[in-house]
Parts: sequence; C-alpha cells; structure tokens
Amino acid sequence: MASRRINQDLPVIARFEVCHRSYLAPDGSIQRPLPAFASDAKLLTALYRAMVFLRLFDRKAVALQRTGRLGTYAVSLGQEAVSVGIASAMREEDVLLPSYRDNGALIWRGVRPEEILLFWGGDERGNQFSGPAHDFPFCVPVGSQAPHAAGVAYALKLRKQARVAVCLFGDGATSKGDVYEAMNFAGVHKLPLVFVVANNQWAISVPLRLQTACETLAQKAIAAGFTGERVDGSDVVAMHAAAEAAIAAARDGKGPHLIEAVTYRLGDHTTSDDASRYRSADDVQAHWKEEPIARLRNYLVAQKMWSKVDEEQLAAECHERVDAAADVYLATAPRRPETMFDHLYADLPEAYAAQRRELAGEHDA
Amino acid sequence: MPEATLVEAINLALARAMEDDPDVVVLGEDVGVNGGVFRATAGLQKRFGPERVLDTPLAELLISGLCVGMAAQGLKPVGEIQFMGFIYPCLDQLVNHASRLRNRTQGRLTCPMVLRTPHGAGIRAPEHHSESTEAMLAHIPGLRVVMPSSPERAYGLLLAAISDADPVVFLEPTRLYRAAKGEVEDNGEPLPLDRAFVLRQGRDLTLVSWGAMVKEAMAAADALSADGIAAEVIDLATLKPYDERTILNSVAKTGRCVIVHEAARTGGFGAEIAATIAERGLSSLLAPVIRVTGYDTVIPMARLEQYYMPSVERIVTAARKTCQFS
Ligand SMILES: Cc1ncc(C[n+]2csc(CCOP(=O)(O)OP(=O)(O)O)c2C)c(N)n1
Ligand SMILES: [Mg+2]
Repeated sequence: MASRRINQDLPVIARFEVCHRSYLAPDGSIQRPLPAFASDAKLLTALYRAMVFLRLFDRKAVALQRTGRLGTYAVSLGQEAVSVGIASAMREEDVLLPSYRDNGALIWRGVRPEEILLFWGGDERGNQFSGPAHDFPFCVPVGSQAPHAAGVAYALKLRKQARVAVCLFGDGATSKGDVYEAMNFAGVHKLPLVFVVANNQWAISVPLRLQTACETLAQKAIAAGFTGERVDGSDVVAMHAAAEAAIAAARDGKGPHLIEAVTYRLGDHTTSDDASRYRSADDVQAHWKEEPIARLRNYLVAQKMWSKVDEEQLAAECHERVDAAADVYLATAPRRPETMFDHLYADLPEAYAAQRRELAGEHDA
Repeated sequence: MPEATLVEAINLALARAMEDDPDVVVLGEDVGVNGGVFRATAGLQKRFGPERVLDTPLAELLISGLCVGMAAQGLKPVGEIQFMGFIYPCLDQLVNHASRLRNRTQGRLTCPMVLRTPHGAGIRAPEHHSESTEAMLAHIPGLRVVMPSSPERAYGLLLAAISDADPVVFLEPTRLYRAAKGEVEDNGEPLPLDRAFVLRQGRDLTLVSWGAMVKEAMAAADALSADGIAAEVIDLATLKPYDERTILNSVAKTGRCVIVHEAARTGGFGAEIAATIAERGLSSLLAPVIRVTGYDTVIPMARLEQYYMPSVERIVTAARKTCQFS
C-alpha cells in the first residue's frame, strides 16, 4: 500500500494527509457537530427541494427518452447531493464548469429545466441558457473542461476579481492527463479554482479499482501541490460545507482545493446503458441505504423543519414544474437547418456562405 | 522602413498587440525569460510582466485548454506550441472546444484565441520537429488556419489573428524564421484573414503555395521566366477559410495550375484546391492540375529531408509538363 516505507533506514521528508468530512449518517442522525448553516431551515429545505426536483426531473427526462422524445440522458440518481451541494455554495459571479451529469448545479444556478431538455433533445439552444452567461455548458468529452477551468481561474486572478471557478467531473475523469495538467497548473499559480470529483464508483462499466490504485482520489491534489479532502457525497450538508469552505478560501487567495465526493450511481450510466450487465442488483440495493434525499429528509423531519404536508406540497409543485418544462421543450420547434452556420464564426466567411444558401434552398445563379 | 526577419516580425506583432490591448496574454513553454526557443517572444515578459507573458508547465493540451478558458472570459490568449510535432495533444481542445464553443453555446461564449507554432522542415532539426500537418487543422470547422510566408505578412496576419473573434491556428514557417527578411512597418495594420496574395503576375501558369514553399515557388517562377513561361505565384496565406476566388480567377486567366506544398500528398490541402478547380474552374483548364508535394512518407530526419521537400527543380519540371500539355 501507499504507506509502505521504501527503506526503514532513510528519513521521511514529507507526509501528507487527507481528511474525511461527513455530518449526517445514512439514517439522517448527526455524526458530528453540524456546521452553523445547518440550523438555517430555509437553506436546508432549499437543498432538499432542489434534490427532490432533480430526481423528479430526471424521471421525466427518462420517460421522454423512453418514448422517443429525448436523446440520451444521464441521470443523477443517488448523487443529487453533489451538484446541489456544490452549486448552492457558489455565487452568481463564480464560474461553473460542469460535466454532463451536473443538471442539479445548472438548475440551481438558474438554467431552466426546459433548456436542459432542449440540450439533451439535440438542440444547441439549450446551452444558450438562462443561467449565468459566463458559465460553461455541459461537457461531454470527459475531463476536457478541466483545462478550461484553469484558464478561467487564471483570467479571474489576472483581473484581480474576487471570483472562483468550480469544475466538476467524475472518478473516471481523474485518470485523464488533461485533468492532471489542469490541477498541476492550478497549483503552480494558486488559482481560485475548486475541483470536484463526483466519485460515484463507476465510469460506465469500469469500477474505481480499475481506474486507479490510489486509496483516495482526493490525494491526487497533493501531487499537484494543494489540498484535497474526501467528503460523504451523499450528505448534502457535508457537500455544501466543503464547497463553502473551499470556495471561500479560493476567493480569499488561498488557492485551489479538490473535493472528492464519495457517492454512488444508483441508476444506469445513461439511458443508453444497461448496468445489470456489469453489477449486481444486490450491490446497488445496498447503496440505496445511503442515498442523499431520504437522509436529509430524516434529518429535517427529526428537526421539525419538514412535515408530511410539506412533502406532499413539494411533490405536487415539482410535478407541475417538470410537466411545464417538458411542455415548453416539446413545443419548441427545431431551428431552421441553415442556422447551423450562424454561430460557426462571428461572421460567416464568404467561403461557406454558398453552403448556407444551399441548405436554405436558395440557389446560386 | 526597417528590415525585420520573419521571427522579428512575429515579435513586433505580439508586442504591438499586447501594447494596444491589455486583454492579450502570451503563454507557452519558455516564452518568458527565455523569449521562446526561436525568440518569437523575446523581451515581452520584461515589458509586459510575468502575468501576461507566462511560462506554462510542459503540457501542450493544457496550453490549448487554458486558451479556451481564458478566451471564454474575454482575454485574448496567444499560446505557443514549441514545434508542430507537439501540437497533437491540442487537437482534442481544438476540435472539441475551441472551434465550437461559439456554436455550442449559440454565441453565448466565444473563443478568440491564437495558437502559434513553427511549421515545416529544413532546419536539420531532431525527429518530430519538422511537421507540416496543416491539412488536419484546415479540416476543422470553426477554426481559422493561417500561414504567412514573409515578415510583412507575418506581422499583419498575426495582428489580424489576435484581434479576430474566433480561434486561429497560426503556423510559422520555421525555415523562414531568419532566412526571410523584409521591410516591416510596425504600424498596427492587420491584413485580411480570408485573402490569398498574388505575389507575382503571369499569364501562362498559376503556382499556388503557402508557408516556406512560397520561396521555392518564387524561385521556380524565376527559372521558368528564363524559358519564356510567365508564372503567376499565389501565396494562399490563409488555408481556412481559403480564398477560392483568387485562385479561380488566376486559373481562368492561365488555364494551368501547379500546387506546391511541403506536406505529404494524400489528403493534403492541395487536394482541396485541385478539387475546387475541378468543380468550378474546369472549363478554363488547358491541362490537368498537378501537385508537387512532400512524399507520402514519414518526414525523414536531417540527412534525407532535402529529398522529401519539393525542390525548385521538381516545381519547374511539373510546370513545364503542364505547359507542354495540349
Ligand atoms: C474522453 C472521453 N472518453 C470516453 C467517453 C465516453 N464516456 C462517456 S461517460 C464515460 C464514463 C465517465 O465516467 P466518470 O468520469 O466516472 O463520470 P460518470 O459518468 O460516472 O459521472 C465514458 C467512458 C467520453 N465521453 N469522453
Ligand atoms: Mg463515475
């Protein structure tokens, strides 16, 4: 293991630590003194609402996909606390660089659900969204958004702005060179950048043990010269607390940080996947005990911050919002074919104008 | 007007752009104190500071990815890749991000970046330092690909590339860095990014080339004029989007065309030009279009590289053959 001494006669010149953060036990009971914000019922219920909405929204998206009305879609089932916990600790002016599974973060930041459906329905206009105009869109090439985050953070620092870049990706992404290159650069320049690994144990069918021999993914930050911590990614209180601390430190000029959110992907990788090919139902079932929504609900109910009536109201509200979003999406007509040229360059070069005219059905003389 | 080499012209343009626009930043390996391995960035760090002229870690993918992130924030990054042989890790960023950020977000985020790199063989460099894979880049929608062949055009085209609202790959002919000298006025004037340059007028034959090969094409035109053949020489300068009009107009006049490029023939950019002439200029052709190119081999190392690159002689032979065709 990593701790094995190479030679007992040689002195140790460096030691590194990785901490673990969790507050709520899987049953919602308190494991360790909660951060101050946990007494803020408004914030906690907002986190709860966002996670519930995300789960219902995902369900609707899958239903649309199964009935041929949406393209491939990646659900957040089981890991709702990651994107919601992180986004809720960001300021509007901070910059989000998400992966493709971070719907929860986008929605928290003001992206409309119908815009997300539009994107997964195959329409680029979904990325021209109502969230902060400086946020990045979903990123499909795994991990390739990490160098962008470093570039964004460098720009923020160069301009002496008190803003932070937040970059999310999965456990599989940590095997990629671009992610490491970005972390390494962030370390060199002490950038205002928080990396978040949603370690959901799987990269499609490949389990974490085939991804890395590291004991934690958090320790990858140490090789890049900054701190990493492991967080219970199914505990939204822990996620929010970790993000709040890391973002505040980054804003304060203390440099980057990596949050490894340990969670579990309860669903298929995407609607194109069949996870029963590579993992047992028992395995998945065992992880249902840890999932973030019931965990927070148990806590809220125990604290009398949440009631059965609240729950019923929330469900009704969510269904209404989700249905409304689906209606808007389904009612949005595709753009005209020739518009595929319209954002290729700031001004379409004359060399391609004829192709646009051809597609528009205008014939050159 | 003061004389400058091509690499000095690059340096002048970078300094001018940084002076005029505080959003311009230069990044790459050894670009700071050392001024770049070819000295293209010499003196810039001293003048503009280490925050705007930064030595990056040794990671090419990172350099291109940083540019995308910086550009999305409104900076105008100019990244340097030390040699074209090391640009390949950047392809992911160029294809998947830089070239399409504008389109993916329907104009919400844009990517005004420049990625500069030395291009081509002929300096007896080590393995992997002599690449001319420009056609790969010219295949990417949303990108611009530019390659100057003189100090004056290097200056004006680089200024245009930096101020352009979209990503530009700027390929600099290594062989001409110091060999090409010319008058360059540091007047901040950009040159158009979508126009070829007619360097020499002629009625008998069109010679199209770009980068370092323009020099050979010009020498071939000289040799041909001794035979009474008047060759028109066109420096394509911008490969994407390329100026079809200037080439078609020339071929309409001459009826004969030889395309010269250093890159391997198959799938080279010459094929694109030949196809355009076949589609839209066939009726003016008096002879088949001929390509004089590097061979479909790995670019050899120093001892054989001169046999790989199109020589003046090969160009002249092809041109004569074209002119004799009837
Ligand atoms: C560079 C790249 N390689 C492969 C794929 C195909 N692919 C999509 S998601 C995925 C697994 C990613 O796993 P992880 O990073 O753990 O994220 P998760 O899907 O678990 O959220 C793969 C292999 C891709 N999109 N990008
Ligand atoms: Mg994963």
